[in-house]
Amino acid sequence: MHNPYLPHEAKIIERIQESPSLFTLRMKFTNPEIQASFSFEPGQFNMLYLHGVGEVPISIVSDPKDDHILDHTIRSVGRVTNGVAKLKEGDCLGVRGPFGRGWPLVKAEQKDVVVVTGGLGCAPVVSVINYMMRRRERFGAMNIVQGVKHSSDFIWKERYDQWRQAPDTNVLLAADAGESLWPWHVGPVTGLFNDLKFDKDRVIVMMCGPEGMMRVVIQYMLEEGVRDSDIWLSMERDMHCGVGHCGHCMFGDKFVCRDGPVFCYEEVKRLFGMKGF
Amino acid sequence: MTPTYNYIPQDQFQSLIDQLKTMGYRCVGPQVRDGAIVYHTLHDCSQLPKSVSEHQSPGHYEIEITNSQRYFSWANGPQAIKPYVFAPKEILWRARQINGQLQFQDLTPDPEPVAIIGVRACDIAALYIQDKHFLQEEKKDPYYLARRQQLFLVAVNCTHPAETCFCASTADGPRATYGYDIVLSELDDGFLVHGLSDKGLELIEKLPTSPADEAHIQAADAEISQAAQRQTRGLPSCNMKEALFDNLEHEQWEEIAKRCLACGNCTSVCPTCFCHAEDDIPVLDGGSSEYFRQWDSCFTQGHSYIHGMTIRATTAQRFRQWLTHKLGSWHDQYGRSGCVGCGRCITWCPVGIDITEEVKAICGENSSA
Repeated sequence: MHNPYLPHEAKIIERIQESPSLFTLRMKFTNPEIQASFSFEPGQFNMLYLHGVGEVPISIVSDPKDDHILDHTIRSVGRVTNGVAKLKEGDCLGVRGPFGRGWPLVKAEQKDVVVVTGGLGCAPVVSVINYMMRRRERFGAMNIVQGVKHSSDFIWKERYDQWRQAPDTNVLLAADAGESLWPWHVGPVTGLFNDLKFDKDRVIVMMCGPEGMMRVVIQYMLEEGVRDSDIWLSMERDMHCGVGHCGHCMFGDKFVCRDGPVFCYEEVKRLFGMKGF
Repeated sequence: MTPTYNYIPQDQFQSLIDQLKTMGYRCVGPQVRDGAIVYHTLHDCSQLPKSVSEHQSPGHYEIEITNSQRYFSWANGPQAIKPYVFAPKEILWRARQINGQLQFQDLTPDPEPVAIIGVRACDIAALYIQDKHFLQEEKKDPYYLARRQQLFLVAVNCTHPAETCFCASTADGPRATYGYDIVLSELDDGFLVHGLSDKGLELIEKLPTSPADEAHIQAADAEISQAAQRQTRGLPSCNMKEALFDNLEHEQWEEIAKRCLACGNCTSVCPTCFCHAEDDIPVLDGGSSEYFRQWDSCFTQGHSYIHGMTIRATTAQRFRQWLTHKLGSWHDQYGRSGCVGCGRCITWCPVGIDITEEVKAICGENSSA
């Protein structure tokens, strides 16, 4: 029988240094059958295994219809990711997945979209922005709001410039701390919200980032009259198994790894923001 | 419909063990070890805890010798049947690096058939809860499943609840009504036996039994009823899920935290707790490593750690996580509470925290059961 705990070997085809602490690995499963049968949705994640160190959950950032290359953008923050950062092209990792539930992309079709990211949370939503921008005609007005701690954390500038050129697309950037020649807003992302363009009855809000930031955005959206069933967010908890068995990611009755990591606000609002959950 | 019972005299009990062995099972049964009744490999009925009982109260467990000639006149010890399906520590797979290639070896076990003798109704209920957790449709746990498929359960209806037991209030005991292969009711001179599964019926056919008489059946029924009536503890009758989640800021959480040591004993003895941690252990051959999992507890610092922060830093938050999950959100996950009333968390808590009292204090229900 299928063993969801067992990783499969994947080879690093390309390694891209995005910023001093952020890098993207482009990978392929060594076994062509596994590579061919692997399919996922934006917002889902894989467990990456570094030999002798352990596993870590990482979002998949490539396009599901891409050329069968699997991209993961990783920030070095812990024991496993610091080790993975040292790998080179041709090195191997263990990969198992995909796990969890992704973004509500079908529900978002023909609607206005507001994507808000903050802190270090940009990677999981960049994939969903890419997905929508490549299928731009299926969606209404597009608002891309990105907040970073320091302006130097802002990566993928070219992509944002490209997105800004697309029709009916509103790109808003903010840094808590700016530097000289930072042309965008300095302060929290909420300072930009008056510039958003959406119809509150036909909008999907998607968020990723620190829960404090997401709480502020949720409050703003609810005050604007957006329904809580139209607000979606990606959550982060400790994950060991990825299949809802190990219990570490539990959030009330939800297993973030299996029922999420993308949740509708309506599903999690009872405990969202409550300390200790 | 009244189930059919056969009768097996006590001096023929060894034939049950012998027949199970003939059918290919390793028998496991209750035995006194290190001052408590625990399950261990059983070869001979003389190893069973005859004339042994025990006294349990919050934070207290003590073996007692009685005049009874029965094998099963005691309440559950610390160990449920959980370790026989969900191993306390096990290896999941091995990774080898050879010439730059990474090879994975699946180490799903091929376990021997095990027959557990003396299983109580509360532990069968707990096993069915763990089945729901580990054997969900798409993500079946192959390690759990391999052991689960090899289990043969000889249940024994409970006639000796401990002071800490409350299975009657959770409707999980003291009578075993499902999930076993055969069930026994112990009387002074022998056992009533009833088979449920095909394997169970096959076993009973091979045993030296006679049809049970009505007096035996009535005597056994009366003892089981008394076992329910003797229980003094119980969970509140209110909707505990709503009551607990409506009281997340109740002062009682901090009150409990003054006593709770966050040791995790309650989660270790709980027959339904399923949390586990995974870890990669390099092997000293320099080229391979083994991926393990072992039981974890929501009372540890590490359980809610996520790059740089601990989500549940305080004991109050950890106890609240445990109780709101066990008696609250468990309903949404598995359609029932995660508590089967075995009372182990009360007995084995070093400071005697009583789940039934704490939940009543939080839900605002009178503390008399």
